[in-house]
Amino acid sequence: MIDIRVLIVDDEEELAATIAERLELRGIKAQTASDGDAALSVLKTDPPHVVVLDLMMPGMGGLEMLKQIKSLKLNIPVIMLTGYGSKEQSIEGMNLGAFDYVIKPCNLDDLIAKIHEAVKNK
Amino acid sequence: MKTNRFQEFITKYIFRIPEEGTSPERYKALRRNLIILMILVTVIPLSLMATINYYQYQKNLRDEIISPMNVMTNKTKRTFELFLEERLSTVRFITSAYSFQELSDTKILNRILSVLKREFDGFVDLGVISNKGKLLSYAGPYSFLEKDYSQQSWYHKVLISGRHISDVFLGYREFPHVAIAVQNLTDPNSSWILRATIDTKKFDDLIATMELDPECDAFLVNREGILQTNSKFYGNILEPCKLSIPKSGQGTYVTEGEDRNGREIFIAYSYLVEPEYILVVVKPSSLILKTWFTFRTEIFFIYIASVLLIVLLVYKITDAQVSHIRKADEKRELAFRELEHSQKLSSIGRLAAGVAHEVNNPLAIISQKAGLMKDLIESGSDFKEKPKFIELTNAIINSTDRCSTITHRLLGFARRMDIEYEDLDLNDVLREVISFLEKEALYRNIKIELNLDENLSRISSDRGQLQQVFLNILSNALAAVDDNGNINIRSREVDEDTVEVSIKDDGCGMSEKDLKNIFEPFFTTKKGYGTGLGLPITYGIIKKMNGTIKVESQLGKGSTFSIYLPKIPKKVLGV
Repeated sequence: MIDIRVLIVDDEEELAATIAERLELRGIKAQTASDGDAALSVLKTDPPHVVVLDLMMPGMGGLEMLKQIKSLKLNIPVIMLTGYGSKEQSIEGMNLGAFDYVIKPCNLDDLIAKIHEAVKNK
Repeated sequence: MKTNRFQEFITKYIFRIPEEGTSPERYKALRRNLIILMILVTVIPLSLMATINYYQYQKNLRDEIISPMNVMTNKTKRTFELFLEERLSTVRFITSAYSFQELSDTKILNRILSVLKREFDGFVDLGVISNKGKLLSYAGPYSFLEKDYSQQSWYHKVLISGRHISDVFLGYREFPHVAIAVQNLTDPNSSWILRATIDTKKFDDLIATMELDPECDAFLVNREGILQTNSKFYGNILEPCKLSIPKSGQGTYVTEGEDRNGREIFIAYSYLVEPEYILVVVKPSSLILKTWFTFRTEIFFIYIASVLLIVLLVYKITDAQVSHIRKADEKRELAFRELEHSQKLSSIGRLAAGVAHEVNNPLAIISQKAGLMKDLIESGSDFKEKPKFIELTNAIINSTDRCSTITHRLLGFARRMDIEYEDLDLNDVLREVISFLEKEALYRNIKIELNLDENLSRISSDRGQLQQVFLNILSNALAAVDDNGNINIRSREVDEDTVEVSIKDDGCGMSEKDLKNIFEPFFTTKKGYGTGLGLPITYGIIKKMNGTIKVESQLGKGSTFSIYLPKIPKKVLGV
């Protein structure tokens, strides 16, 4: 079994860091990026297996970020973190090629299950 | 000042309408004012017309009686005058044409009389009288020769004016007659008088030509009130007339009055110049009164019938109009309230969504931090308070979960998300929802009774949203009933376009005041644990589906929520 590496993109650094730490505890290597540019540079230099992407971000929005990731043609699955009231955005994300979505505040076990699924389907 | 006070009275007591709202008093006042106004506007002209008609007709009727009476009386008077004038000029002609000697000859006088009788009606006899008043010669049926007339009044009048037509009198002949006398003054020293008498039967003939009705009367009377002809009702010839005749000048007049027998009469009278007779025609008023009474009764009944009809119509029309206005007002009020409500919902929704969004991230952080804490404790080495710490972190995680449920609800309320229509069986949806709540019902021994119409048409609607609607209402019902309570769920077809689901409970019910507020956001009667969002969300969803929701509730007896849904919503129909 290979080490799974995940990039968590969320402007809430506390949240991203906590999720990363919890994932690490469960044996999933996690990096964080607090905005789109930082995320893109990580993707270019050290592409992870899965990207966990918050859709509600200032600056480059989540959906825009998703488009850019897809345009890099890195074949990295993206799991979206969405708010409850943004079903439309989730649907749009899915249409743009996201792998799945998780509603915030998320259950960590759900997220891990989806990460594993994404890696398996890759 | 007076006008002001009058206006004040009118506005205060009659046209006072409570200004605002849809209270029954307002419409009562409105109806009363409209009725009064409309009745006034219609009845006043009607009454005016009826009154004018009444007097006009009365006047016309009088004129119809009076003017023919006037004409007839006048005509008859002229006939009398003509008749007497003719006789007078005949006598004057004889006086001028014949000499005293010729007329003194009885033979000649007799011949003249016979010619007179042949040519003119009414002559009875002729006599020549000397200036001493003695009858010198006579032709006629009586033998009056040598009779002395010097003491009789007509004789003196002849001496004064040269001619005279007497009143009717009996004289020596003992039957009523009129004397026409003319004085010959060709020889001032030995003047003489020719006197002719006329039978008054001719007067009766003239009156008969008037062809009066049996109830009417006509007669001649002299200035002293002595009858000159027989009267039907007011005495015989030469008796004083029992009817007083008004004094007047020349001409013909008609007056109204009452005779001694109390009969209402019209009296037409005309004064003759020579002799000084008065022709009187009497007609009882009862003749016209009969027509008048008929007319008056007719006009009275027509008037009353019209007024009744107007009042009835005004009443009906006003009733219809006012209830029409009332309905329009109520509709407007309702529309206004709904608009107000939906605006309130949407603004609160936006506010709630903003808050929920902001709260959601910190909540996520708390949740994840607590999760991390739990992970660390669980994977770390044992220490004394380890179980207590795990318990505490679990409590934090559970609380954040509860918070997130609330934020989700708030967002759900605000989101107004699109409805995804699908073909579904309402009964199925109801059964699914009930399966969620069965456990609680069982535990509390609450009986959920299902009266579902198995032939209910499938409808086009959103399953998820409907689940939320029914879940909200059923949760409320469960909260309202006591243990061992009853909940009745019924589905049925209302008409070809609509289905109804009603959920009835025998729980605590609501007061009228609460009932008004149940669809207001954040209104709750569940002290401490209600969000006040369940029913507003329900309301919003049903509205979006073009449905309606009705609530009936009685405090202490229970509530019934009825939801009406279109089988095919307008949106699907493309309206």
